[in-house]
Amino acid sequence: MKPAAFAYLAPTTLAEALEMIDRIGDDGKILAGGQSLVPAMNFRLARPGTLVDINGVAGLSGISGDSARGISIGALTRHAAFHTPPFSGPLADLLAKVVRNIAHYPIRQRGTFGGSLSHADPASEWCLVTATLGATLHIASLTGTREVAAADFFRGTFTTALQPSEILVRIDLPPLGAGWGTGFYEFSRRKGDFALAMALTALRIEGGTIREARLGVGGVADRALRLAKTEAFLVGQPAHAETFAAAAAMAQDSIDVSEDIHAGADYRRDLLGTVIRRALAEAAA
Amino acid sequence: MTWIGRSLPRLEDPSLLKGHGTYVADHADGALHVAFARSPLAAGEILGIELPEIAPGGGQVFTAADLHGVGVIRPVLNRPDYRAVGQPALAAGRVVFPGQAVAVAVARTAAEAEDLAEQVFIDIEPQDPILTFDAALAEGARAVHPEAPENVLVEGNLKTKGFDEAVAQAAVVIELDLRSRRQSAVPMETRGGVASYDRATGRVTLVASVQMPHMLRTGLADVVGMAESDLRVIAPDVGGGFGQKMSLFPEYVVLVWLARKLRTKVAWIEDRRENFLASAHSRDQAFFVRGAFSAEGRLLALDANLKSNVGAFSCYPVTCGVEPLMAFGELPGPYVVPEYRGRSRGVTTNTCMMAPYRGVARPMLTFTMERLMEKAAKALGLDAVEIRRRNLITSFPHRSPTGVVYDEGSYLQAMEAAVAHVDVPAFRARQARARTEGRYLGLGVSVFSERTGYGTPVYAQRGMGIVPGYESVDLAMDPSGNVEVRIGSSPHGQGLKTALAQLVADEIGVVPDRVRVIAGDTDATPYGWGTFASRSMVIAGGATKFAAEAAADKLKAIAAKMMEVEVGAVVLDEGYARVPGTNKATPIPDLARAAHHQSQRFGLEAGIRTSGFYDPGGTFSNACHICEVEVDIETGGVKILRFVVVEDAGVLINPMIVDGQIAGGVAQGIGNALYEELIYDEDGNLLTTSLADYLPPTALEVPDLEILHMETISPESVTKAKGVGEGGTIGAPAAVLNAVADALAPFGVEIDEMPATPQKIRLAIRNMAIRNTRAPADV
Amino acid sequence: MSDKIKITLTVNGTAMTAEVEPRRSLADMLRDDLRLTGTHLGCEHGVCGACTVLVDGKPVRSCLMFGVQANGASVRTVEGLADGDRLHPLQQAFWENHGLQCGFCTPGFLMLAAGALEENPDMTDEEIRDVLSSNLCRCTGYQNIVKAVRLAAEVMKAGPAPQATRS
Repeated sequence: MKPAAFAYLAPTTLAEALEMIDRIGDDGKILAGGQSLVPAMNFRLARPGTLVDINGVAGLSGISGDSARGISIGALTRHAAFHTPPFSGPLADLLAKVVRNIAHYPIRQRGTFGGSLSHADPASEWCLVTATLGATLHIASLTGTREVAAADFFRGTFTTALQPSEILVRIDLPPLGAGWGTGFYEFSRRKGDFALAMALTALRIEGGTIREARLGVGGVADRALRLAKTEAFLVGQPAHAETFAAAAAMAQDSIDVSEDIHAGADYRRDLLGTVIRRALAEAAA
Repeated sequence: MTWIGRSLPRLEDPSLLKGHGTYVADHADGALHVAFARSPLAAGEILGIELPEIAPGGGQVFTAADLHGVGVIRPVLNRPDYRAVGQPALAAGRVVFPGQAVAVAVARTAAEAEDLAEQVFIDIEPQDPILTFDAALAEGARAVHPEAPENVLVEGNLKTKGFDEAVAQAAVVIELDLRSRRQSAVPMETRGGVASYDRATGRVTLVASVQMPHMLRTGLADVVGMAESDLRVIAPDVGGGFGQKMSLFPEYVVLVWLARKLRTKVAWIEDRRENFLASAHSRDQAFFVRGAFSAEGRLLALDANLKSNVGAFSCYPVTCGVEPLMAFGELPGPYVVPEYRGRSRGVTTNTCMMAPYRGVARPMLTFTMERLMEKAAKALGLDAVEIRRRNLITSFPHRSPTGVVYDEGSYLQAMEAAVAHVDVPAFRARQARARTEGRYLGLGVSVFSERTGYGTPVYAQRGMGIVPGYESVDLAMDPSGNVEVRIGSSPHGQGLKTALAQLVADEIGVVPDRVRVIAGDTDATPYGWGTFASRSMVIAGGATKFAAEAAADKLKAIAAKMMEVEVGAVVLDEGYARVPGTNKATPIPDLARAAHHQSQRFGLEAGIRTSGFYDPGGTFSNACHICEVEVDIETGGVKILRFVVVEDAGVLINPMIVDGQIAGGVAQGIGNALYEELIYDEDGNLLTTSLADYLPPTALEVPDLEILHMETISPESVTKAKGVGEGGTIGAPAAVLNAVADALAPFGVEIDEMPATPQKIRLAIRNMAIRNTRAPADV
Repeated sequence: MSDKIKITLTVNGTAMTAEVEPRRSLADMLRDDLRLTGTHLGCEHGVCGACTVLVDGKPVRSCLMFGVQANGASVRTVEGLADGDRLHPLQQAFWENHGLQCGFCTPGFLMLAAGALEENPDMTDEEIRDVLSSNLCRCTGYQNIVKAVRLAAEVMKAGPAPQATRS
């Protein structure tokens, strides 16, 4: 199918883009990578009256920082920018590992980091990364820039804290320096398909004991979830299979899992435990 | 030198590789575009259709009320149990499946036609949809069609005389309750047609992505009410069909009608959602089967109750009997089945029509027979290969209880070759080792027959009103010595043009490059049936061979005259007519020129024009597939580690093409076994309308195959080649699913459904573990 | 109906202009406005990959970009791969190794592989298979596509630089 008709605007500066979306309001939609929006338009499920294409806006892409200090990611940075770790260290390695699970190679050439977050698909890998690691999102509007914690940004399926007059411009990921181990496990029907369940974790282990923990899951509920209670449980525990199984069971009990044609609630809850155990085991290895 | 047997790179490819192929959408230049407004509901009465207000020049919308003189599509099966149901071009009065075309919009662009189509409001008084065979067969179920009050459109029944006695003597009776979920052929190119009206002649030319252009022309002319000669159907480059494109669809009726009505050119290119919703589905079957075995593991009798959900209509021309009756007739497969009781029903529901898809019934019946052998072996304490040895057909010709006659095959030999190649004992050792590490490997065997290349006798036996089967070929050599072969068959990716050129090259002594095969145009080719049912190499190939032999005879006669030798002394080879043992040689182009320009010298009809006709009784290819998998018992995910095929398709005209057919077929079989499923919700909404929801395998899900060949020659094929188009898809699901079952043997999990999705596998393991406390821990 | 927008771009090394409605996809613009019908549409949802073309050197789904977004871009399609009658090593390898049957998905696979090999000429077999899993083929079972890309990669590394399709 072909999309419904729309008007097209292509600003070249952020100020211009903000002015446009402020003027257009609800009828407008920002076009970044377009890898989720355009299929929805081609189904005529999404029918924006105006598209504001920000691909030509200067200064919105690029990666800076490092694993030890944290990474700052321009919202228009393409997924493919992470195909090779942008620098050394556990955080960059984790991003390079995760990105291989985002759809497929050509999709990753167009799709953007900020676009994924703004779209807020419950099975988005970047949503999981930002939610789990506690990213800070920088959001611009005509009235200035505000910072929103990832935990407050994701509100539900395809729903975020973004207002129609706002653009996500930058994402700051906190550091994961030396001493941290990371794990990511995703299960999908075919590689590149939407996750039926996935878990992401970072552990700081000293002498076999978990000192710090980050743990989040995606694809199992209406948004990526950071599991603070389970993280708290993990800290101080020995880093072995029994601990991981207990953590998985805790998470399974606490999440009201979603259902779809590929995974009913029963199976998805079961899978949730598996992906958590496997991600934790990888981080501890 | 011979060309047969060589892996010649295909003559079709250079244009396709350069982007110069012309598929149907590439013919739409200058056409108005068409979009269909489709029923959002599965069933109901149409109370009214509200059409959009259209500004002048903004397009037009038509409904069934406008289609004056247009009939319904009503395929005929001459059986007392067949209930003929007519399919209207646009729904009139009621809708019977979700996605049924109700109105058609015509506008300048596809987008504008869609703008109009989505503004058509169809007011429907909904009925509770009947979606499954259980719902359709339930006591007091509403009739989907008044013509079939029981919701059964076709039914086969048979009981052999000794059935009861054989069952009574059985040492063990194995029961199976198997299910194949609804699937789609998913050609990468969707359906589409471009119909143009010629003001000079009043003719309509329909370029359409189809597998049987001549048949389509017949059906269209009948339904639209026009002379066949006023219609030309062209199948251009076709982006895959796999059976989905061999039926007459209502959309094509509407296109031809529109071209005549508007006296213009109209184009409809189906979108992917429509293709899932409203083209044709397949495989939706439930087989309940009991196998009675002797203590030695010999199958004494087979008892089958087979149900096929054929959807809302009967496909033209092969009818909705195609799945249920083939299931019924060919269930025994490669096994000796002395006694048989079978009942097979084609059940109508408010779902998309079921039509042929690569393999037709046989993926499911092979799955059935192969599960039966596995389970019987287990029950009797026999090795799973050994029980097959005891039951495979080894004496030929063999007559099955349903009357199918098998010519010689290598069922047992192919299996032995595959088993030897795989090295089963080594696998069992690896499997045992893996289990100690908590990894679950499995090996699955599948032995099957692929009935190919059958002509009118087989179709006539089915009672089809239109009896396909033969092929005709017209061959001509032009004065420059190049050959044109016009075939009624209609290849669409199989490489038939190359293979036929190789055949002709050997007969006439020219290089294949000089042989142009013309197909897929009713104005340019003799009447024929198209490409489906693994038939073209056998039947079009046979007809081509006859035509080429006749041309060779004439060339030799001319050469004999020109070189002043006996006809018998002339051979055609490498571009020359030669007389072996002498230095006499004449270039074939010289013969061609003489035939046209010096015809008075030879006392023969001028030129070189011959024809061939072939209508064989059919033969059987056969194969054994062995698949090795690893099952992740915690996720239910399956990874295929190895896949071996031992194929017997007679003589291979072009081995590379044959292997390509096998590999492509196996990939689809893997999809059918593990990934692909069309899902309706309870209200009849199709939930799988994109390739992100319906999951054909990618390069990561399909392993590289190991393919070995055997060669049993059949007198039923003059080229000595047998069909090989469907075998991969027929055999692969059983091999994959048997392997999954083998991997999960420690858990006692039964695999009784395809696709075996991770969810089904994992839940089965877990439920079994919960039930059986002695199962391995920590699952 | 929204107004048409005039854009300029380079296609297969040639500067071109087009005037398109914003809703016209890059694929449709290439096919219908620029008459380059080698780019095929198999789903329009970004899944099948038949429409894959190179935009500024990167393989992308041309059904998920609007034509207007290609303003100023350099686009390469299957029509630009061969140098006249001389096939690109990928095309040659697909031909010799039977990497196509119906040919509908082929242009997308060729452009996908061309882009990926230009980014990384040294892909491992595993990486090749992973990249090729981006596109769907219903005919071949993939093994000959994988083989063809592997062999073409060798040829491209060894032989003279691929032909003059780069702008």
